[in-house]
Amino acid sequence: MSATAGEVVAAAAAQPTAVAVKEGMWGSGPGDVSGYGGLRRPLLRHQRSTRPYGGYFDAVAGRLRALVPALPEDFVAVDRGQMIAYIPRDLLLDVVRATRDDALLRFEICTSVTGVHYPDEPGAEFHVVYELLSITHNRRLRLEVTAPDGDAKIPSITATYPMANWHERETWDMFGVEFPGHPALTRILMPDDWIGHPQRKDYPLGGVPVEFKGAEVPPPDERRSY
Amino acid sequence: MSEVTSELAGEVVDETLDEGLIEAEVLDEAEAADLAPADVLDEAVAQEYVANGGDWDDIVAAQQARGDETFVVNMGPQHPSTHGVLRLELEMDGETVTSIRPGIGFLHTGIEKSMEFKTWAQGSALCTRMDYVAPMFNEAVYCLAVEKLLEIEAPERANVLRVLVMELNRIASHLVALGTGGMEIGALTLMTIGFREREMILDFFEALCGTRMNHAYIRPGGVSIDLPESGLAQLRTVIEWMHKHLPEYAGFCNENPIFKGRMQNISVLDLPACMALGVTGPRLRGCGYPWDLRKDQPYCGYESYDFDVITWDTGDAYGAFRVRLQEMWESLKIVEQCYDKLEQTNGQPVMVEDPRLMWPGHLTVGPDGQGNSFAHVKEVMGQSMEALIQHFKTVTEGFHVPAGQAYQAIESPKGELGCYLVSDGGTRPYRAHFRDPGFHHMQAVPAMCEGGMMSDVVVAVGSIDPVLGGVDR
Repeated sequence: MSATAGEVVAAAAAQPTAVAVKEGMWGSGPGDVSGYGGLRRPLLRHQRSTRPYGGYFDAVAGRLRALVPALPEDFVAVDRGQMIAYIPRDLLLDVVRATRDDALLRFEICTSVTGVHYPDEPGAEFHVVYELLSITHNRRLRLEVTAPDGDAKIPSITATYPMANWHERETWDMFGVEFPGHPALTRILMPDDWIGHPQRKDYPLGGVPVEFKGAEVPPPDERRSY
Repeated sequence: MSEVTSELAGEVVDETLDEGLIEAEVLDEAEAADLAPADVLDEAVAQEYVANGGDWDDIVAAQQARGDETFVVNMGPQHPSTHGVLRLELEMDGETVTSIRPGIGFLHTGIEKSMEFKTWAQGSALCTRMDYVAPMFNEAVYCLAVEKLLEIEAPERANVLRVLVMELNRIASHLVALGTGGMEIGALTLMTIGFREREMILDFFEALCGTRMNHAYIRPGGVSIDLPESGLAQLRTVIEWMHKHLPEYAGFCNENPIFKGRMQNISVLDLPACMALGVTGPRLRGCGYPWDLRKDQPYCGYESYDFDVITWDTGDAYGAFRVRLQEMWESLKIVEQCYDKLEQTNGQPVMVEDPRLMWPGHLTVGPDGQGNSFAHVKEVMGQSMEALIQHFKTVTEGFHVPAGQAYQAIESPKGELGCYLVSDGGTRPYRAHFRDPGFHHMQAVPAMCEGGMMSDVVVAVGSIDPVLGGVDR
């Protein structure tokens, strides 16, 4: 109980790396007031952090590696004072069993499971993010697992964390990530006969142009973004 | 003939149950079926009874003729005691629930997807529509997550105003939970007085930010507008009103034998069950575990307020009721402390001073309604071209948020409300996800209901207080 999740002082911030560059006509370079200075913005993703991570992160990372020795050396990123553990998907079940059962970790609750679609990351298009909460130690831990587009399968953690059941169904529904081992992986928010997975980046938002007198504004997903 | 048919029906029933199919369905509100006996015998697989407030004896007679042991009853999604549009599929053996499956998604509006196409500042107006009974909490958790990504903190007075509206909203949300929960078991007065008190709070919100619900009051970096001139006086009225009327709920319910008969030992979730299912909020505190994020992982300066975490030790619906009842008093305590802090911080900023982040124009209420302050319009239109450009760019483009991800959790009236945000460095969220406590807790409905009576299902659902706008998002 030495450091609570609210008081963590992060020592090493992860340095973002650019996976792509977003370019466009409309943007604002330094000193530009026309709005037509051209847009050039690197799309950033996170790299791993280096030790010491700060707070309880070192203890959690060390304990996880002791319990699951197959974990790679650099599997931790610290971002905004929060710990993210990048777990290879074949180790996920071992890791969650350790996080729940080990007395020094004791993350009793998986509060949330969700996905993120990064179509520009070949081989890791789908990230599934697990938020773990330890009521015993008053800590939080985020697990992130990736899967490629052609083989979007991540083992289900429902055997360890039964409360992840609906969250995994929602992630399947929204992203099309399969969770082998889930007792009933069916759609939950969309209708049962829906085609497609709406939260994927290539799934259109939909919408109609907005008409004004003498002008027309395109639907939101066709407007400029910066 | 009838023996043969019931045997046949029994076989088929077994098969269909194995496949998880519906064996027979009773619709609540459809017309009484005029079933010819021949039809009943031919339809051996799944007999659907349709009732519309008609003659129930016909259904009972038809069911007796078939000799079915179990019924599948479809409750909702349009049912007054499902807190919105929740569908429950109950498999009944007489009056006993043998299996219950909640079906959700009827109110899915794609808020998370829509947020990816709106600026960070606009997100507040979208997410407030999720759990519409506790909208301030949706805004607060979203803005705290954005501020975590920006690595900024709202000024002190903004935090006091946030705590104030959250605690008033907690009282309003608990009033709806108690009121609708009471109405569902026949205590209609609880609903009428609950909405009467809630009205006072909504009136205050309306005076504060112009809307009774869906406020978009809390914005990244602070709040949209300071208290109006009469704000403190009106707040004092609300506090006095609550002091006068909150004791009525305890007087009506706490020792009411009918109320206790419907609530005690109903929909029990003990501490191991709460841990196994990840249940938080009043249900967890109703098992005696004092877990409250306002104390354990404080945000918005909650550590500087004096309040207690309320617990109860029974783990049933009555315990959850008592926890909510007492939490309203604790919230009122915090509101009174906010009153003092607002007096002390009068005139201080309610939004970060960084012109790149703040919504330009210092919103004020003029004779024609809320809008940009006259001084700001005068400056950008008459004196400073750069300020006009800055205004234009902030409104159309929005501000950039450094790349990264953040998860923020707060204690909403229902439990842990979480917001997970991913930024790629742009002016819109790359991904926004909300962890709604109602969504999570709905998974506990089978654990609370199976083996119990059908009449207790509404008590169980009411005890976790789900709001389907938040559940489905």
